Amino acid sequence: MHSLQTHFANFWKYRYLLQNLITRDFKLKYRRSVLGVAWSVLNPLLTCLVMFLVFDSIMRGLRGEGIPNFAAFLIIGQLLFNFFRESTTMAMESVLKNAPLLRKVYIPKYIFPMEKACFALVNCLFSFIALVIVFVLTWTPVTWATAWMAVYPLVMLFFFSLGIGLFLSAMYVFVRDIMHIWEVFCTLLVYASAIFYDPEALSGVMQRLIHINPMYWYITAFRRCVLWGQGLDATMLAVCFLCAALSMAVGILVFKKNQDKLVLYM
Amino acid sequence: MAQQQPIISVEHVSMRFNLAKEKHESLKEYFVALLHGGVRFDEFFALDDVCLDIMPGDFYGLIGLNGSGKSTLLKIISGVYKPSAGKVTVRGTIAPLIELGAGFDMDLTARENIYLNGTVLGYTPKYIDSKFEDIVEFSELRDFLDVPLKNYSSGMVARLAFAVATMTKPDILIADEILSVGDFLFQQKCEKRMAELMSGGTTVILVSHSIEQIERMCNKVAWLDHGRLRRNGPTAEVTAEYKNFEKPKD
Repeated sequence: MHSLQTHFANFWKYRYLLQNLITRDFKLKYRRSVLGVAWSVLNPLLTCLVMFLVFDSIMRGLRGEGIPNFAAFLIIGQLLFNFFRESTTMAMESVLKNAPLLRKVYIPKYIFPMEKACFALVNCLFSFIALVIVFVLTWTPVTWATAWMAVYPLVMLFFFSLGIGLFLSAMYVFVRDIMHIWEVFCTLLVYASAIFYDPEALSGVMQRLIHINPMYWYITAFRRCVLWGQGLDATMLAVCFLCAALSMAVGILVFKKNQDKLVLYM
Repeated sequence: MAQQQPIISVEHVSMRFNLAKEKHESLKEYFVALLHGGVRFDEFFALDDVCLDIMPGDFYGLIGLNGSGKSTLLKIISGVYKPSAGKVTVRGTIAPLIELGAGFDMDLTARENIYLNGTVLGYTPKYIDSKFEDIVEFSELRDFLDVPLKNYSSGMVARLAFAVATMTKPDILIADEILSVGDFLFQQKCEKRMAELMSGGTTVILVSHSIEQIERMCNKVAWLDHGRLRRNGPTAEVTAEYKNFEKPKD
């Protein structure tokens, strides 16, 4: 109990560092770009447009018939998956990238993966403007009574990604291959996350496979709140929570066990 | 008089590094090595059973040849490394004078870096606000505040780093050969600042290869040799012996 308290006090001391690092990343991301922060909105919007054109014309058969409001359906999946990929990939490299600093001063090392997850979340929140634009353009109705519940899957997804980010960032210091493996794995995951198709239309085996994927649950939970006006049922609440809790537990455990060794391998 | 407690006590500290014969940074390399008769590690003691007590107000110099474990000891004291054996107790706040520019982001301006680096050292933005003028004054960089650091000369970066690290009166200041950078005017300024901090009760640990500088500034010296503490005591005694030891090798 006491150690938990000191941990938290230690983190509290470094909250400004977290804040400063996020500001730095944000400034540097859009430095020397004419449109600046607008890219946070334009980028997902344009990517989505491309995917929409592909899946609404050439590959219409692939996505399954009968998804109403396909554009909105698509961009929700796209945005949430982007958040996941961005936060985990950036977190993975974060500890090693800050090696020059970590070799000189004592800073709690988890600050860096944590900062990347927060930074990705800030980006994701900005890109929700793209979501609003799509909803308005396609005149998709929103059920306000359930839309606010979307905060739940988003917060859970944040912790889910943070846990994975912590795990990856520690492992990446020892084994650099992880970056390539993770890149390929993410590509696989895109197709298994029901971003541009309706899994209910798939065969039983495929459906069950997709149900193993936590990303499917987060994306679907978000859609149920914002798009379909169904809100969250007990299963959704439980699965979203359990995946996040499990990921955090593994992430923290692995990170904590290795954090004193990390600096020797950088 | 009550017995004063040491501000830093280093008790039987050893630091063991596993020097892999080849460094395996990818799975393939690792498995290939594994097939060729296992992964071998050479054990290397950077520090071997070092005991050292530093009292409040000491100006401690660390001397020794390259690779004798000076920097490792500093890193253990400042918490970067965890010792493989032994214990370090630190009773106070530490301001590490980290090497040139570590903790600075070269793409950010000096103003932004002061805040970033200040928070790296654990200060609050409010506190940095209150010290901002001092920092600018000391580093003499007022005209360049909004220039990205990559356009600075290394001397300018060093000035900024020193100013940020000494913005407060820490209990312990750790300086690893920082004073060897910058022009002589700035070196004098740094020494003056360190003397000021000392008079305010700050304990300083200084690593330097310049015996002359150590003799001028320190009141006590510890001499490390191949990871062992060889001599430890008042400056004049230890440096005299150190010089005698070094000479025959020439």
